[in-house]
Amino acid sequence: MPKLQNENLNITNVGLRSFADNIQTAGGSVIHVDWQPPAGGNKDIGSKLADLVLNEKIETANHQAFGRYLAANPVLEGIGIARDELPDMSGKIILHAGVPVNWKDMCGPMKGAILGATIYEGWAGDLNEAEKLASSGEIRFDSCHHHNSVGPMAGIISPSMPVWIINNTTHGNQAFTTLNEGLGKVLRFGANSPDVIKRLKWMEKNLAPTLQATIQKTGPIELKPLIGQALHMGDEAHNRNAAGSSLLIKKLVVGALDSDATQDDIREMISFIAGNDHFFLNISMPSCKAMLDAAHGIANSSMVTAMARNGIEFGIRISGLPNQWFTTPAPVVDGLYFPGYSIEDAAADLGDSAITETAGLGGFAMAASPAITQFVGGSPMDALVQSRNMRNISIGANSQFTLPALDFAPTAAGIDIRKVIDTGILPIVNTGIAHKKAGVGQIGAGITSAPLDVFIQTISPLHKSVMASS
Amino acid sequence: MLEKYLIRKNHYSDSIALMRVAADLEALPGIFQATAVMATAANLNLARTVGLIDDTIEPQPNNLLIAVSAENEKAADAAFSQAEAQMDNLGSIADRSENCEPEVKSIEMAVSRDPGLNLALISCPGEYAAAEAKKALNLGLHVMLFSDNVSIQAELELKKISSAKNLLMMGPDCGTAIINGLPLGFANIVARGSVGIVSASGTGLQQISSLLTQWGVGISQAIGTGGRDLSDEIGGISMAQGVEILIEDEQTEVIVLISKPPSKKVAEKIITSARAGGKPVIVCFLGSENNDNDNIIQFATTLDAAAEFTYSKLNGGNLPNRMVFGDDITTQLFDQKESQKYIRGIYSGGTFCYETQSILRDLLGPVWSSTPIDKAYHLKDSWSSQEHTIIDLGDDEFTQGRAHPMIDHRTRHERILQEASDPETAVILFDVVIGCGSHANPAAEMVNTIKEARKISTKEQRQIYFIGFVCGTDMDPQNLTTQIKILKSASVIVAESNAEATRRATSVILTNSTGKKSIAGSSNNA
Repeated sequence: MPKLQNENLNITNVGLRSFADNIQTAGGSVIHVDWQPPAGGNKDIGSKLADLVLNEKIETANHQAFGRYLAANPVLEGIGIARDELPDMSGKIILHAGVPVNWKDMCGPMKGAILGATIYEGWAGDLNEAEKLASSGEIRFDSCHHHNSVGPMAGIISPSMPVWIINNTTHGNQAFTTLNEGLGKVLRFGANSPDVIKRLKWMEKNLAPTLQATIQKTGPIELKPLIGQALHMGDEAHNRNAAGSSLLIKKLVVGALDSDATQDDIREMISFIAGNDHFFLNISMPSCKAMLDAAHGIANSSMVTAMARNGIEFGIRISGLPNQWFTTPAPVVDGLYFPGYSIEDAAADLGDSAITETAGLGGFAMAASPAITQFVGGSPMDALVQSRNMRNISIGANSQFTLPALDFAPTAAGIDIRKVIDTGILPIVNTGIAHKKAGVGQIGAGITSAPLDVFIQTISPLHKSVMASS
Repeated sequence: MLEKYLIRKNHYSDSIALMRVAADLEALPGIFQATAVMATAANLNLARTVGLIDDTIEPQPNNLLIAVSAENEKAADAAFSQAEAQMDNLGSIADRSENCEPEVKSIEMAVSRDPGLNLALISCPGEYAAAEAKKALNLGLHVMLFSDNVSIQAELELKKISSAKNLLMMGPDCGTAIINGLPLGFANIVARGSVGIVSASGTGLQQISSLLTQWGVGISQAIGTGGRDLSDEIGGISMAQGVEILIEDEQTEVIVLISKPPSKKVAEKIITSARAGGKPVIVCFLGSENNDNDNIIQFATTLDAAAEFTYSKLNGGNLPNRMVFGDDITTQLFDQKESQKYIRGIYSGGTFCYETQSILRDLLGPVWSSTPIDKAYHLKDSWSSQEHTIIDLGDDEFTQGRAHPMIDHRTRHERILQEASDPETAVILFDVVIGCGSHANPAAEMVNTIKEARKISTKEQRQIYFIGFVCGTDMDPQNLTTQIKILKSASVIVAESNAEATRRATSVILTNSTGKKSIAGSSNNA
């Protein structure tokens, strides 16, 4: 029998606001919900969602998945060559950001980057040859995510490229990313001129071996403390990596001096990292990937384990629905543009870097990075609201990543598709904006949100699998 | 067009802050393009590429460069002074909100904000309402589902979940409840006391709880169930729950059950379980014939009678001190034309409409309605009355695109004027429902309408009786006594309850048809 009489009534009001006012006038306690029909008014999805709210199976699965994310311990193991380290990398294969996409459908920057990689690999002598080869079907294109890796912007990884090796020492999985090339004319924005290829070759032949020699001296570097510290120094580990990059130099410099590397190589390495505030992005990203892969594949879990964009589509993966992507057209980011450029020049949202938001960094940790707040209206208070708001769509919080401005509150982490649909609050993504033409480079930066539609798509399959397993 | 720049020496500013400054400058009149950057070699190159500066500026990473291409000097200077002001005032955003709690967007979010929540009051559009109610139940909350347009299958599913979880499920289409003294939905402010009510009718609950409060008897709990609860399909799940609660509740001394005609089987089941509790039970299942009274169960055929029986149970058999209205129909008896033969009841409360039909059926014969007791008397056109017609303007059919007539008076206004122009109208009978959620001054709206209606009928040398009652209490924000006074100011014949108002209307008709010129005040007994 329901018990009423000995309870103080605490009410939540959904619908007519005047009912809440009446309760208040009568001395009652009430929380009014600023309600909108969930799932953009899709009744079928809304009613399936109702079955999933506080569903025991999902709660148990999420507890497990989120626990694995929290327990994961990404460690920088060293540098290797993609062909040797990544699974299934033999032959002519090029990995790219986001969900798999055909050559003919790719966005400009991705095509440009692939042509560059084709020349870099020596599979073609010039752009014409490269174009022919790329469209011939002879090269296998695949998603970085399918090879335990992630890549910023176009996210190109070809077999000869050096990659960071990140080990999750708790669960044994690995994650990989190329080394960050810097800003301006770079492959990840689709540039493929000879100087770009030359830099990539230098990175392969000089930078990577020097880094590898250095890390052999320093030993594996624990990355969670480094990211946590960077958050306290004004980074959010997606659009701002100035602190993380500086901290990395601090870790590397003595190892480098102790190594067999020449003075010149060390000088070049240090000056290259020092000249690129985004160098740490390519360590932050695979760290997030390593943590989230550990949480992937837990039956019935509604936790998002990847958000990725290929410049055409925005895709997400869900722990409880393993090995499938849910996709929707990628939005164009309305951000702040460099002089001479506007939204008309922008490519649609691009890159695997939203893996940082998926892991509770980037937009989810915006409160850590006052500088980034300029994108959301300018006041740090706005950033605090955004970061706090992400709590409302997350399974939990990560106490290893804390936000000083929110009294050292842990960052929200583990996006729960149910909560996204129920509240209509969308995950925030901080992002750079690429020119839609290959090779122009970054033309701005801003904040976007993951599109609602992609989350709506996940409800029916999850509902089916949860209800079937009862 | 000209290019102009400004350098601030040794002034570091964050690049994103500067991008914001540049974006604001580009929005100024007369500015074609703007940049604000630290004067590094790379940044200067970029500015040169787009033609904002020439080769003469030397890289100096600690200097801040602002460059614009502008229509003229004046525009450029204005831009520079705005940029400088903006940079010097970055910290002082005037309208910054100190509250960084985002708005609550879902029931689950409300629960995480306050884990002590225990009831969800849901009044969102019906097509989404069942899902919201299910979420609330899954989250362990009692539910009052005010929304209508919820399918009976969904209702059954929700009520099964609520039973399994020992939660109270009031509704769908539950307009009123008073739980632990708090008014939910359309409810009156009533005294707390010893009468527990379970009702499948919102206005029925309001009528009985208000009458009792005015007579000095308070309410322990008033639990709504929604109008379909006592159907065969639902089987009275909510009313059974409510009865159980009231039997256990130490505050409750008398239990009142209210419904429009229930399924026989369900009614029997409910009455059996109510009888087992041992507390006196007053049963008001409108339109159903049952006089099988015993020492526990007492049946009432009107809401007014149910309230009176309840009062008597608690007061040693005494009758309540009823309101005295001072006037008598005899004092303002009109000469009505022969054509004026019919009652037109223009209601906002569905249960009142039903109760009036059931009283008139017995006293005057057939009554037409868009929601008739007897399907044979379904109005062909809901918008046009014939003979005795009693309609509920709160019914879905009349509320498309408009708020309920308890809030929005317009539909009633139009309909009453229409009845006033009909030469067959003798009496216009109406309810005024006050309390939380209702119009702030419904009697005043009604009086405006009545004045206009009288103009119409007077022009045609007819007089129409306006007979009404106010459902509510003196504690309601609109105040019962004040509302009655306003009605009387327009010579409305006011009764204490719907049943009494209906009987007065009946007297007018019977008097007219028998040609009698004196009418006795009607009795209150059922």
